[in-house]
Amino acid sequence: MDQNFRLSDGGLINRDKKLSFKFNSKTYYGFEGDTLASALIANGVHLIGRSFKYHRPRGFFGAGVDEPYAIVQLYRNGETEPNIKATEQELFEGLEATSVNCWPSVNFDIGAINNFLKIFLPAGFYYKTFMWPKSFWYKVYEPFIRKAAGLGVASIKHDKERYEHKYEYCDLLIAGSGPSGLASAYAAAKNGARVILAEDKARFGGTLLTSEVNIGNKSGKEWAEGIIAELKEMPNVTVRNRSQVFGYYDHNMLVMSERISDHLSKTKKFHPKQRLWYIRAKEVLISSGSIERPIVFGNNDTPGVMLSSAAKEYLKVYGVLVGRNPLIFTNNDSGYETAIEFKKNGVDPTILDTRKDPQSEIINEAKNLGINIKFSYVVVAAQGYKKVKSADIAKISDDKEQLGSVENIKCDCICVSGFWTPTIHLASQSGNKTKFNEEIDAFVPGISKQNETTLGAANGSYTLEGTLKNSFETAYELSKKITNNTNKISLPNVVEKKSTTHDKFWCVPLPKGKNYKRFLDFQNDVAVSDIEIALKEGYRSIEHVKRYTTLGMATDQGKTSNLNGLQLVSNIENKVVPNVGHTTFRPPYTPVSIGAIVGREIGKHSKPTRKSPMHKWHEQNNAIFVDAGVWLRPRYYKQGNENLFEASKREAKNVRTNVGVCDVTTLGKIDIKGPDAAELLNRVYTNAWLKLPVGKARYGVMLREDGIVMDDGTTTRISENHYHMTTTTAQAANVLSHLEYYLQLVWPDLNVNVVSTTEQWAGAAVAGPKSRDLLKKLFPKSDVSNEGLPFMGFIEGDLFGVKARIFRISFSGELAYEVNVESDNGNFMWEKIIEIGQEFKIQPYGTEALSTLRIEMGHVAGSELDGRTIPYDNSLEGLLSKKKDFIGKRSLTRKAFIAEDRQKIVGVVPLDKKTSIPEGSHLVKDSNAPLPNPKLGYISASCWSVEHDNPFSLAILKNGKNMIGEKLFVMSPLKNKVIPVEIVSSHYVDPKGERVRS
Amino acid sequence: MLHIKCPHCGMRSQNEFSYGGDATVKRPELGKEISDHDWDNFVYNRKSLRGKHLELWQHLSGCRQWIKVERDTATHEIFRTSKANEDNS
Repeated sequence: MDQNFRLSDGGLINRDKKLSFKFNSKTYYGFEGDTLASALIANGVHLIGRSFKYHRPRGFFGAGVDEPYAIVQLYRNGETEPNIKATEQELFEGLEATSVNCWPSVNFDIGAINNFLKIFLPAGFYYKTFMWPKSFWYKVYEPFIRKAAGLGVASIKHDKERYEHKYEYCDLLIAGSGPSGLASAYAAAKNGARVILAEDKARFGGTLLTSEVNIGNKSGKEWAEGIIAELKEMPNVTVRNRSQVFGYYDHNMLVMSERISDHLSKTKKFHPKQRLWYIRAKEVLISSGSIERPIVFGNNDTPGVMLSSAAKEYLKVYGVLVGRNPLIFTNNDSGYETAIEFKKNGVDPTILDTRKDPQSEIINEAKNLGINIKFSYVVVAAQGYKKVKSADIAKISDDKEQLGSVENIKCDCICVSGFWTPTIHLASQSGNKTKFNEEIDAFVPGISKQNETTLGAANGSYTLEGTLKNSFETAYELSKKITNNTNKISLPNVVEKKSTTHDKFWCVPLPKGKNYKRFLDFQNDVAVSDIEIALKEGYRSIEHVKRYTTLGMATDQGKTSNLNGLQLVSNIENKVVPNVGHTTFRPPYTPVSIGAIVGREIGKHSKPTRKSPMHKWHEQNNAIFVDAGVWLRPRYYKQGNENLFEASKREAKNVRTNVGVCDVTTLGKIDIKGPDAAELLNRVYTNAWLKLPVGKARYGVMLREDGIVMDDGTTTRISENHYHMTTTTAQAANVLSHLEYYLQLVWPDLNVNVVSTTEQWAGAAVAGPKSRDLLKKLFPKSDVSNEGLPFMGFIEGDLFGVKARIFRISFSGELAYEVNVESDNGNFMWEKIIEIGQEFKIQPYGTEALSTLRIEMGHVAGSELDGRTIPYDNSLEGLLSKKKDFIGKRSLTRKAFIAEDRQKIVGVVPLDKKTSIPEGSHLVKDSNAPLPNPKLGYISASCWSVEHDNPFSLAILKNGKNMIGEKLFVMSPLKNKVIPVEIVSSHYVDPKGERVRS
Repeated sequence: MLHIKCPHCGMRSQNEFSYGGDATVKRPELGKEISDHDWDNFVYNRKSLRGKHLELWQHLSGCRQWIKVERDTATHEIFRTSKANEDNS
């Protein structure tokens, strides 16, 4: 039957819009405004999943964020998402969901055998059982645990949805739109404050939607609607529903996740699915309300046992009956409200009240309605497997220790109310020192650490009038402090039923001879007996008990289980709850999707992509790109069917024989100006800089204070007080910060300015024996002869009307120049070089050929300057000035750094002159030595020498200085290679450096 | 995320800054003799304080100035911030 448990009218759903949906492949119908939970209950479906450990049947326990059971796998618009609470997921046309943690089906679950073996699965089961034998871990235990664990399956497909991040500032952030949230938002907004009001549900109003109260001669619901409508019109107010403030971080920053499209069949075009808000609030008002807590009794996890407030919400908001023969089990007046609601809708409930003779307005009302009430009565155990069929009940003695004779009464649901627990998570996350309130048996916020105030039920205030009064006043005072306005709202007239005190009773004792499971944590299947075992085994700290038993560690973070767990520990330990303390609340309050956390920073957007001005040309000329930091650089230019190896060899060879051109725009460039510029260079570089003439470049190495090489590069004196520094592509940002550090903090007396000009200049390295001939044609007006522009010289030139800087510097070891022009002219320069270079057989070369050229020359780069080597290791000790001090110099006298057998760079050639040597391989003396084979060094960079036409590598080798000529072995366990090699000089080509000066 | 008052730019979020360590450490003067012990202390040894800590931050994605921040390492409370050249050790 269709929606058998739906009342004929009532509720806040839209009965004009019927929606179809599927649960476990079966089609059902619900209405717009339903949650998946309310729609399933309307159809009489109460079996929704299986429990985590024992695979016991699971139904619905709550109606919102506190739900521990009803977790489903959701299918929406071709995507799937695990860990969705059916009580939070709004119904949409075509929704599909399936049960989790059951196999082969929710009705017949093989894992339920754990239920009968539960003697084997007590607290700490995993720690005790899976320890031995050790060899079983990978093959037996882990796969088993992996299969058994988890609630649902994460999609491995790329998520096509869009998630946004938003940064916002406000005077007051108000979390929760119940009575206290609405009142405070209204009062603060009317006083001119910038307010953000966040509600996690679809509907604003919180408990006002379900309670029988009057505010200002309106029903609570009408009053709430009026306030929201007015707030939405105010320019200084942002109102958001479906928005959970889930984290309270330092300096009053809160994070909120807004579910924009989750309630729709499909995300609207150009809309995000979810939005994560980072909100910096001057003041935070926490009006997160409270969550009803259960009373613990036998089989209290049977489907049909649920919170009494949830039953009421299903009735009042969704027009749905959770049962036709309800049993209400309560220790306070809240259960009566639910009972009265049932009665009004033609259903006869029975109330079991643990109290002996309570007197209050609402109890009288229930009595007058003729509701059957049994005082001093408890539910001993629920009966029924997949749904409650009856309840074993008994009278309980005044001291709550003794049970009378057990009777069985028929019922189809048990609505439990064990009083209310303030939702103090946000306050606790902010650093608030919470305190225990004896009157309500729960923790409430204490002393605030940040600018946060907790109001209403979240603060343990359970009367509407008190809550509204306090909220109006607090919000007024806080907003006055910020805005200096004094527009005060007067408190409306409030009508509510007075209630009497609750019974401090939370756990029904076991009847003699019975051993019912009494669950505390419903999602992780933690029972009273598990806590007892943990304490018997010596666990004392509540934090340890939590981890050992997994109490409160499930995705609901123990919203309904924490306090009862604390009560139990306190009872056994003979302590009071405040002395046991509670476990730490950590964000997020509710699960947040990974997509929302990542936002737009995904795929191509996970980092910026920097492209040189010549990028398009590279693309058009078959460049294959490689990531160099955030830059994209041509790795090689593919011709025909060439692979990387063939292309880079061709390009490198052409540089050695003719001329090549390489895009070096990515090199870091720093402009240095000021009368003390030379002095700065002299202090940060290891070599001497004071006497560098104008128009000359010099190679320099800079160290960290610990003596490790930080970076290298050339710096050119452009004019008297003006230098142009280059850094490696990778270290550009660090070098700038490094210079700024010393200029601003250590030597503020130096009159120097530094600024990054990396993106201002486009650079082309023109290298090869014919490069001068090409330069002559590019700059016919300039003297680029060996005399006019000697090695390490610099001139400015005119490139067909474009101003250019020409540096005679070389990374390839050939006669070479670097031409820089302003970025906008980069492509012009490049095309001119290519065009005029044709007659010299110019070819562009990428980073692979660049590496080959520098490796066979023995020039060090990032793979040698890897943050672990000193100048000596790189054969750069000749650049260490003995006459002056510089950054890091003092560290070079460390014992390890001056050891006789200190590591040093060497060249490595395979004896067969054929086998390529994998980078990262290790050098050993004896390839057959027992493991661990002593390592003498490692391969830092490998290439195919185009000069010698055989493999060649650079290595950092212990005692490298005395190892030339030695025969060693390269070992690469990863590539399963053992290669006999000879150690040679790192300068494999042109060891005297004649070519660069030619 | 911390909220740091850059003395040059005003209140800014932490993600604009990078952390620079203990601000009370003074680099030994260049060219002066220094014992191994003192040099070690300068390069490697830092106190891991609980409580008030004067530290350096660089407003990297802002004005690029190095600033001094007095912060409680346990509570993250920031007591004051100042420009690099203001002496407040």
